[in-house]
Amino acid sequence: MEALVQRLAPPPAHVDPDEYDLGADGEGNLNALGVVRGMQVPRVPDPAAFLSTYTNSMSQNPQAKIKLEHGTTTLAFRFRGGIIVSVDSRATAGSYIASGTVKKVIEINKYLLGTMAGGAADCQYWETYLGMRCRMHELRNKERISVAAASKLLANIVYEYKGQGLSMGTMICGWDKTGPAIFYVDSEGTRLKGDVFAVGSGATFAYGVLDQGYSWDLSDEDAQELGRRAIVAAGHRDAYSGNTNNLFHVREDGWEFLGNKDISELWYKYEQEKRDARVAAAAQPGSGEGAQGENPARPTTEVQSVPMEE
Amino acid sequence: MNATVASEYSAERHSVPIEHRFNPYSDNGGTVLGIAGEDFAVLAGDTRQVVGYSINTRYEPRVFDVGDNIVMTANGFDADGAALIDRFRNSLKWYKFDHNGKRLSILSAARYIQHLLYGKRFFPYYVSTLIAGLDDEGRGAVYSYDPVGSYEREQCRAGGAAASLIMPFLDNQVNFKNQYVPGSDGKKKKELRYLSLEEVIQLVRDAFTSATERHIYVGDGLEILIVTKEGVRTEYFPLKRD
Repeated sequence: MEALVQRLAPPPAHVDPDEYDLGADGEGNLNALGVVRGMQVPRVPDPAAFLSTYTNSMSQNPQAKIKLEHGTTTLAFRFRGGIIVSVDSRATAGSYIASGTVKKVIEINKYLLGTMAGGAADCQYWETYLGMRCRMHELRNKERISVAAASKLLANIVYEYKGQGLSMGTMICGWDKTGPAIFYVDSEGTRLKGDVFAVGSGATFAYGVLDQGYSWDLSDEDAQELGRRAIVAAGHRDAYSGNTNNLFHVREDGWEFLGNKDISELWYKYEQEKRDARVAAAAQPGSGEGAQGENPARPTTEVQSVPMEE
Repeated sequence: MNATVASEYSAERHSVPIEHRFNPYSDNGGTVLGIAGEDFAVLAGDTRQVVGYSINTRYEPRVFDVGDNIVMTANGFDADGAALIDRFRNSLKWYKFDHNGKRLSILSAARYIQHLLYGKRFFPYYVSTLIAGLDDEGRGAVYSYDPVGSYEREQCRAGGAAASLIMPFLDNQVNFKNQYVPGSDGKKKKELRYLSLEEVIQLVRDAFTSATERHIYVGDGLEILIVTKEGVRTEYFPLKRD
């Protein structure tokens, strides 16, 4: 009889929803203690394979029905004046631009920023959750959490889910007792400390501009401009990045938001500045080899409102 | 006792192989659209439900008044959408029992729905979710979600089958994208302003009649739920039924 019952009974859920339920009465996926409760998982032998069949969360199945938001350029770098965090705002689902107004910088608290690359929901959810854990640390220890510790909390959380389809590439940026710090954390479990990072499909383009202009001794203004310029370059060359740029500066007294600007408009502004510089260089008397050389008269004719090249 | 059960099924012959893969999703078509105004918000959806080329019904409401002056829709796979909205309604009910009938702000509703969706991150609801209502200052608010709960407050958002047909129209007509002051040689952008409720309803109707013309999953009827400080009101307009 037991054998019969066993045969007809539904297979056990892969993860028992109550397994981590340390106290009932929680909200959402959190129990009363604010700990994440087991999430619902399909009753199939291989949940990760199921997920990749139906979603593009692991970027393996472009035909998947459920298109999660993807694609990004984000960067952060450390310098004398603190940290610059600069990101684009495009979210794509396949080739459709699902949104051009995404907030890819997640304000964990006054001193900590997290960036969003990969699955939008994964980053948003876990970095908000990280904000809660950081607050808990403050209350328990009467002291702000270090960037190292905060990033390790996140890295440990996502490592628990390794192989199950989470997708995130994030930079945890902040100022603690040791000064400014950036940690790169991703869903594979990587956690790296460093000075310059760019993450996402447009990262290579951003690195190109960043490496060319980066120096530890950059002035605040130059550093901010470099952050902007790198995202503009990525937005121009990477189809999955674009729309607007959000810029943040982290200093000892916390982060500051420096504004949201249209990447397209910035691109034309930079192009115009290049032309003006060329004209100015050509007009300079005795500029011998003439900065841009052979035909100094040419650039002036190019000055027009909206050039549609490329 | 032997554990074998007599069954005829094992002896059945089939001309096509039975597919044993777990396939829990289908697409029920339909399109939804939310626009926020200065002191109101609308959430509209067509009323056609389909599977493949078959129309299941010409009137199945898609947008719901879930209470506390919040309207909600979860478009895509209707069973998942219904389950999500049921779950939200149920927890709102319990929230009121537990908190002495307290009103749930749209801000909190929005965050709660993120948790509902992300709770099924590994077995997602196949829906694009929208909610609309008024924020704490009384201004219109629309929140939109991806299937696993990433969310954002927006001025307007189209979701579902014809989202990609309607969204560019909305960008142009609500946020005035690519609109410039005449005579400014494309240099001065048209200034943003709030649309009136009448203008918004006209936009919604135009969006849906046009989507009906070009998308087979859209049609039959248009139901618009309008949220103002007076409450939720519904308007219905027929769409082409072919």
